[in-house]
Amino acid sequence: MTATNQTRTGQASPDIGPRPDPAETSALSISSVSHSYGNRRALIDVSFSVSPASFTALLGLNGAGKSTLFSLVTRLFGIQSGSISIFGHDIGAAPGEALRLLGVVFQPRTLDLDLSVRQNLLYHAALHGISRREASLRSDEVLTRIGLAERAGSKVRDLSGGQMRRLEIARALLHRPRLLLLDEATVGLDVQARADILDHVRQLVTEQGIGVLWATHLFDEITPSDDLVILHQGRVLAHGQVAQVIDDAGAREVNSAFMRLTGAAAESGSPPP
Amino acid sequence: MSSSDTHHNQAGFSVAEYVICLNGIVWREALRFLNQRERFVSALVRPLVWLFIFAAGFRQVLGISIIPPYETYILYEVYIAPGLIAMIQLFNGMQSSLSMVYDREMGNMRTLLVSPLPRGYLLFCKLLAGTAVSLLQVYAFLLIAWFWDIAPPPTGYLAVLPALILSGLMLGALGMLISSGIKQLENFAGVMNFVIFPMFFASSALYPLWRVQEGSPLLYYVCLFNPFTHAVELLRFALYGQMNWISLVVVSGCATVFMIGAIWAYDPSRGLIRRGPAGGEI
Repeated sequence: MTATNQTRTGQASPDIGPRPDPAETSALSISSVSHSYGNRRALIDVSFSVSPASFTALLGLNGAGKSTLFSLVTRLFGIQSGSISIFGHDIGAAPGEALRLLGVVFQPRTLDLDLSVRQNLLYHAALHGISRREASLRSDEVLTRIGLAERAGSKVRDLSGGQMRRLEIARALLHRPRLLLLDEATVGLDVQARADILDHVRQLVTEQGIGVLWATHLFDEITPSDDLVILHQGRVLAHGQVAQVIDDAGAREVNSAFMRLTGAAAESGSPPP
Repeated sequence: MSSSDTHHNQAGFSVAEYVICLNGIVWREALRFLNQRERFVSALVRPLVWLFIFAAGFRQVLGISIIPPYETYILYEVYIAPGLIAMIQLFNGMQSSLSMVYDREMGNMRTLLVSPLPRGYLLFCKLLAGTAVSLLQVYAFLLIAWFWDIAPPPTGYLAVLPALILSGLMLGALGMLISSGIKQLENFAGVMNFVIFPMFFASSALYPLWRVQEGSPLLYYVCLFNPFTHAVELLRFALYGQMNWISLVVVSGCATVFMIGAIWAYDPSRGLIRRGPAGGEI
């Protein structure tokens, strides 16, 4: 089962005229994307979308293809087949316009440890063409918001893991994107730091209307009101609101739905990537 | 978005945004260089050891006849100074590339590559930043060398600047091209040995080509086709307010080819980046 043969609500849409192009209305639209490393297939016909002002969890085990998908969306890898667009801007044809609207937090830390907190932010701002004056204002603002204003001059290597992650999220938001991707952003953090970061990201959705794609392999990071994409061995097994996915799988909670869907995929003999 | 983004050109970015991006990349490279004092010291010590020890020892062995751009007999130290300047740039180019491999392995490179500005432009900025850092090292070396009686005409210090930028870009682009094919940090040291030492020794940095030709015609041709030889000669002539046109053409051509190759290699659909994510992540 892929996202293309399942509506987000699980119900047929009433025919009320021409539908808008999903690529234009979605914050992120991924359509029939496949990717291989040599003979190894990492993604197989992946299609789903992320709406603006929504929190979409991309759930998958290690090796499911989440990081590959993120690398394709951020144009670190070239798209081999299919298409990806951000607010209607195709990442292959108009990468500049697409990447302007995108903020991203990668799984590995991407901060420059030898620069200060503020210098990291200013460097990121420059890469987005934001003037030094404007960047300073925005840096002060985000550092205050994430509680790191007093550490602005500290070297990043002196921060804790949770502080680094908060700084990475703040940095990803500095150019005011409309879509935020986070690849296992809470890995390696303690329970409190995880909860703080998750709360912060959810606030961005409700208060700033940012679309969020949150890749994770942790069930407890998903709430019933989220959208959910289950990625397994490079394939999308389900896509919809969490409650709907659970219902469709005939389960009571996310983890059992996940187990049933991935178990069914194994039984049906999905070829390994 | 910045206030400048109301005046975008056809590509979707304003000139101001391009300039801000360039400034930011140069600023970051300079900060990293200044933070790493050991790197600055070692960048200076290396050529100074050659100048103070090697050149002093070989002064009596290697006589230098009158060859352009020199108008009279010169000390061996004076002869090798341009070669040592080029060596500074060669090491700096490779060091910048090493930091690119490190950045890629550590993940920092992604920050640069997900910028919305064109990737070719970002890599060009990175090259310029590396070249700017090499200029600091070269002028510090020239200052110390001045106290060692290596004193080109005062105008030479200015005249050599464009040549330094060009040779810095060529050597930086070569390093970037090499770095695109290196998957792991550990492999880079070996490549440096296979690139830096052959390039440096098989050139006119330490001895004039006519001397090489007397000793080995084959090595002479190797030196003649070595782009590093032409970087050295371009700098040598520029230091004395003269132009070596052949070297200018060779260095410009090689800089262009290496740069195009590096940009091609870092294209997301080609080069190293397509081969797979780091650390086995999928």
